[in-house]
Amino acid sequence: MAISEAPRPGVESPAMGRTRSDVSGFVRVLQYSAVKLVSIAVAVVIAVYLTILVANMGGYVDQMRIATIKENVGMWVYQAEEFRHLSGAEKRELIDQFAQVQIQALRLDQPFPIRSLRYLWNGLTLNLGYAEGITSDSGSRQVQHILLERLGPTLLLQASASILVFVTALFMGLALSRGYGSFLDRLVVALAPTSSAPAWFYGVFLILIFAALLGWLPFGGMVDAPPPPNKFQYFLSVLKHLILPVAAVFTSTIFASIFSQRTFFLIYSSEDYVEMAKAKGLSDRAIERRYILRPTLPTIITSIALSFITLWVGNVTLEQIFNWPGLGQLFWLASRAVDTPVIVANTIIYAYLLAITVFLLDIVYAIVDPRVKVGAEAQSN
Amino acid sequence: MNRVVKGFKDLAQYPSAIAGLVLISLFVALAVYAMVTMPLGQAIELWRGSGDVWQYTPRNAAPAWLNVFPGINKPVTMDFNTANMPEAKTVEEIAPGMWEVRVSFPFDFTYDEFPTEINVFTTVRNSTARPFFSMRWLTPDGREIPLGDVDLRASESFRLGQDARLTRRLGGRPAHMGLFADPNASEAVPLKGRYELVAEALVFEPDTELDVRLVVYGQLHGLAGTDHRRRDLTVALLWGTPIALAMGLMGAIGATVTTMAIAAVGTWYGGWVDNLIQRITEINMMLPGYPLLIMIGTLVDRNLLLLTAIWVALSIFSASIKSYRAMFLQVKEAPYIEAAKSYSASNMRIIVQYMMPRIIPVLVPTFVGLVPSFVFFEATISVLGLGDPLLPTWGKVLSEAQDMGALHNGYYYWVLAPSLLLVFSGAGFALLGFALDRIFNPRLRSL
Repeated sequence: MAISEAPRPGVESPAMGRTRSDVSGFVRVLQYSAVKLVSIAVAVVIAVYLTILVANMGGYVDQMRIATIKENVGMWVYQAEEFRHLSGAEKRELIDQFAQVQIQALRLDQPFPIRSLRYLWNGLTLNLGYAEGITSDSGSRQVQHILLERLGPTLLLQASASILVFVTALFMGLALSRGYGSFLDRLVVALAPTSSAPAWFYGVFLILIFAALLGWLPFGGMVDAPPPPNKFQYFLSVLKHLILPVAAVFTSTIFASIFSQRTFFLIYSSEDYVEMAKAKGLSDRAIERRYILRPTLPTIITSIALSFITLWVGNVTLEQIFNWPGLGQLFWLASRAVDTPVIVANTIIYAYLLAITVFLLDIVYAIVDPRVKVGAEAQSN
Repeated sequence: MNRVVKGFKDLAQYPSAIAGLVLISLFVALAVYAMVTMPLGQAIELWRGSGDVWQYTPRNAAPAWLNVFPGINKPVTMDFNTANMPEAKTVEEIAPGMWEVRVSFPFDFTYDEFPTEINVFTTVRNSTARPFFSMRWLTPDGREIPLGDVDLRASESFRLGQDARLTRRLGGRPAHMGLFADPNASEAVPLKGRYELVAEALVFEPDTELDVRLVVYGQLHGLAGTDHRRRDLTVALLWGTPIALAMGLMGAIGATVTTMAIAAVGTWYGGWVDNLIQRITEINMMLPGYPLLIMIGTLVDRNLLLLTAIWVALSIFSASIKSYRAMFLQVKEAPYIEAAKSYSASNMRIIVQYMMPRIIPVLVPTFVGLVPSFVFFEATISVLGLGDPLLPTWGKVLSEAQDMGALHNGYYYWVLAPSLLLVFSGAGFALLGFALDRIFNPRLRSL
């Protein structure tokens, strides 16, 4: 997980912070939250602006738009009946006039720095606009329709894979931390490096085995062509297409996830208070629930939350390999076709989701972990 | 010296380290072999395949070593050229001012299946008049099939399989089947035995040189097979090795060392420097990595070095900088740093000589572990269609296989060879990194 280390306030020993009055604590929380909110907002604005700069190629995309407008207007003027009597020079002037109207309507005559700020404002206010060339399957050119149509497949693929990995890793991690040093434990440790290969790479092998050689499962796509008319059959068909991509994500991440969860639980289960609980004769389940899972909760929440956000952009390569009609593939298509509005919209929503989550995580930490304290002392850490 | 020896002794205790080192040395040897036997310029030229460099290799042929498996006996490419085998050519003066050049290529065909193509190429030098040229095909059962005659220009290629008249004469089968088919069998089965191509030419000048080349294109070819553009995959697989290793090492060095240095500077100076680094990291985390790379790759440039540099830059300001920062915060408070401050050591001295060495034990395993991810990075961007436009790499072989539907069409070798190279190189570094982690961070050993 690339960004599991979310910015978080300092953690100190549980004994501290109990003596402070609740009111000043509350003020501190507000103050801290405000500062945090501003800094995250600034980060979002800068990130979105950077994306706009890149996606517009520093203004070059608008040059291309202007050229396209001129070309289209030119074609129209030269072909139209009513302008046939005009001379070449008159036609050219007419073309310039018409093109200028369109360019002004799109406000492409403004210098790029100003235009880019307008794009930024439109983006930040979620005024996503219209795509250049990409349409949704229903034929709409509105970016929000295109994104919404693609969101479902991506959510289906990534969420089912994430949940599967998360639940398996959690339970296996707990089990292995209990049976530390067993054969299974050592096997998982040895297999952890398999995660350095990306999911699409395992996808290629899975396609080779289960689609090409055995012919049990489809090569790619999300549903049979033509799609089955019956709802239930449709569901089964999607399920059949889902197996291989989910399996690819699962194989590529599972061992590293189990390994990190297990190590994590091991560290926490060697704490003194766990020994104490054991000495008191508490059952293994109670110890796990109260003394191991509870303090690891913030980290677990972070990792699950962040893994859900990153799925917004989808796994571009995986969706490409499996021809999965999700957001990742959309992003790829949009970049290929230089469809700037789609690219920018996708990034903005990603940045917003990430920002909101990072902000909320801080609050959630404070709720689930009483040791977290915020404010002035936290800064000194 | 002693420390190096001790280090190796430590490593030798871990089987995974030995396996990793063996794999890495194999790949290094392969990389050196590639660089020694073929200069990069030549490899790029070959891989671009301009002109007729790849005329003489079959299309989409599997590796030739598949024939060692029982039950597989497919034809391998056979290439006969009078330029290399002068004994196949005889010249005789049959009349004043008229010479007969006779070329004969006898060969044994013992395979169970048909070749994929059969072509004859001729070149004529030092001739003002066009030589008169005719070819015959002799089969093991004594039949003689005329393949036509023609006046030769300076260079000709006869694609016998596309000759419609010949196909009709062979009973509707293209030449690469019809010439080899058993006439008595009801189905198309090749007849095994000694075939011979006889080509005769009448030339009218004494110094005219005529070369004939017969290529019987196999279903199998070379060590790694060929792709849809007839290119021998060994070129890309061989040269992909040094490129992958260089990518992996450069990327990993860039990502680890730079990240560590920036984290150290930030922690040491604190204040706005540290704050700035933190903010840049937060902004960077908002940017979606691969999508940004796709944009830059399609809109700006697909140069592999540029994309890697961007990827490294993106990964510098990521979660790892935060964990290095946490480590440096502890180091900063250590008494020996206090001591250095008290005798007024310079900031640079403290950062480079006192703080950074403390993190090396964490850095080395991370570095080795990062190498495979940068090797796979090249493959990933290639699959996304952002592969370097010039360099022959493993990723590009894989992405072309993917684009050409290699798995649908059963060209498994095309996908497997680059994938396995990726897996084994990745595994080599991962295994070594894993062992190094245990040696450098003994705390983990108890876990």
